[in-house]
Amino acid sequence: MKNCAKYLLINLFCLIIWASWLTSVSAASQRLIVTGSSTVAPLMSEIARRFELQHPEVRIDVQTGGSSRGINDVRRGIADIGMVSRALKPNEDDLHAFSIAMDGIGIIVHASNPVRSLNPKQIADIYTGKITHWKSVGGPNARITVVNKAEGRSTLELFLDYLQLKNSAVKPHIIIGDNAQGIKTVTGNPHAIGYVSIGAAAYEAQRGTPIRLLALNGVTASVENVHSGIFPLSRPLNLITSRVPQGIIRAFIEFARSPQLYPLIEAHYFVPIDTD
Amino acid sequence: MFRLIPTDRLLIAILRIFAVNTVLVLLLILAFLLLESWPVLMQLSLTRFVTDTSWHPLEGAYNLMPMLAGTLLASMGALLLAVPLGMSSALFIVFYAPSHLATLYKRLIELLAGIPSVVFGFWGLTTLVPLINQWHPPGASLLAAILVLTLMVLPLITLTAYTALAAVPDELIHNAAALGLSRWGMISGVALPAAGSGITAGIILAAARALGETMAVLMVAGNVVQYPETVFDPIRTLAANIALEMAYAMGDHRAVLFVSGLLLLLLVMVLSSIAGFLEKQRHA
Repeated sequence: MKNCAKYLLINLFCLIIWASWLTSVSAASQRLIVTGSSTVAPLMSEIARRFELQHPEVRIDVQTGGSSRGINDVRRGIADIGMVSRALKPNEDDLHAFSIAMDGIGIIVHASNPVRSLNPKQIADIYTGKITHWKSVGGPNARITVVNKAEGRSTLELFLDYLQLKNSAVKPHIIIGDNAQGIKTVTGNPHAIGYVSIGAAAYEAQRGTPIRLLALNGVTASVENVHSGIFPLSRPLNLITSRVPQGIIRAFIEFARSPQLYPLIEAHYFVPIDTD
Repeated sequence: MFRLIPTDRLLIAILRIFAVNTVLVLLLILAFLLLESWPVLMQLSLTRFVTDTSWHPLEGAYNLMPMLAGTLLASMGALLLAVPLGMSSALFIVFYAPSHLATLYKRLIELLAGIPSVVFGFWGLTTLVPLINQWHPPGASLLAAILVLTLMVLPLITLTAYTALAAVPDELIHNAAALGLSRWGMISGVALPAAGSGITAGIILAAARALGETMAVLMVAGNVVQYPETVFDPIRTLAANIALEMAYAMGDHRAVLFVSGLLLLLLVMVLSSIAGFLEKQRHA
């Protein structure tokens, strides 16, 4: 037993040395931690890489985990900048938000589905199980497969908020995680209906994936209509900080909003916001 | 007694450090799960996880039972299919196949064991689910999960059963042959009883693998939290639940996900202790 304690002590000692070595290494350069929305993260990684090229002394660590994690981490001081893929709520006015782009949520169906447009009432009825066949909304005589998102995702939150629904009222047949899984699911099921980021869906549709974005209230779900603000189901992509940004944080946010990045933002199928 | 030379002492010291570390990892995982789920375990009574109306953690409903049922049904269904297939494959390799074919067949099964689970999941999502959907929508279902899991545990069952059967002493086989038993009589009367506990232990390991499988099941099972009425209904497993919601969970939601992790760990621990018990009986 005495031996056992001795070995435990040696182990602990090694761990402490290792940990202190790690912290001394990371202290050598300036480090920014960015956490939050998985919608923004791929774009942010690319922006961070370009920023690091211009500022070799800065290391930027981008981690995903959802908008709520971004807000939590910034409030607790774990992250310097949070990524939030929605507008801030009234109880979050202690934070400073900087919009970098707009994103829209599009309703998608299989390309073979003749339905072209739905209104919010029809979508709500489909998602709550009041409409169960495509025939009721002008489609083929087949059961609708309702694809919903997993709890906690900001896409789900915005979607429910727009339709004035609670998640427990939704009667889904399939629950998915990210956009890619949603697109794969609808691709493989001619009678499915789902909702994903318009950017991701437009990109896939353009590459020949058999999905179609439905018009909402007659407004086409397109990147242009998100930009002009007439597409109703859209959201801003924000960077947030807990204090007024200073120094390198401020430089990074300004860089992320600068016009030289518009092509990059468009390449990710988001819509740049004119900041001037 | 013999005296230890200094290099032996050093070796023993190093081995002890590594051994302690290995156990520490498991204990730390358990401690971590308990620590993370502690807030809700204290706040909510345990019956909430059984009696709540549904699983909507953001609306304060935390019923884990449909997912427990889904996990067990998917695993048991997969075993129901994989055990007969795996057993016949193992018998084929040991007793029926000509030796060059047996080697080739065994290599192929080993290859099947090496395919990453996400590949099975992807195949399931793009091929199997649309196929089932044509037959009975929505496609993503308990059935799809069972079929994908079957493919994944099949090589495990085949290879452990093969090892157990190959370890049956030659004398037993020769004596059976000398007594004039038919090949099937020898297999059912001598080889299978002699290899029995090894085969059972293999099946239990396969069950543990099926219970914990995450990515492949997440992609094909549909993930709706409900008790399935038919095999065509979608289900969600405990492991898939964690993978699906953990990245976006905060506060209590996050803590109840750790509770589902704890439940899963408990399930697998019960199974592996059964496996350990059978193994011990075999050597006793």
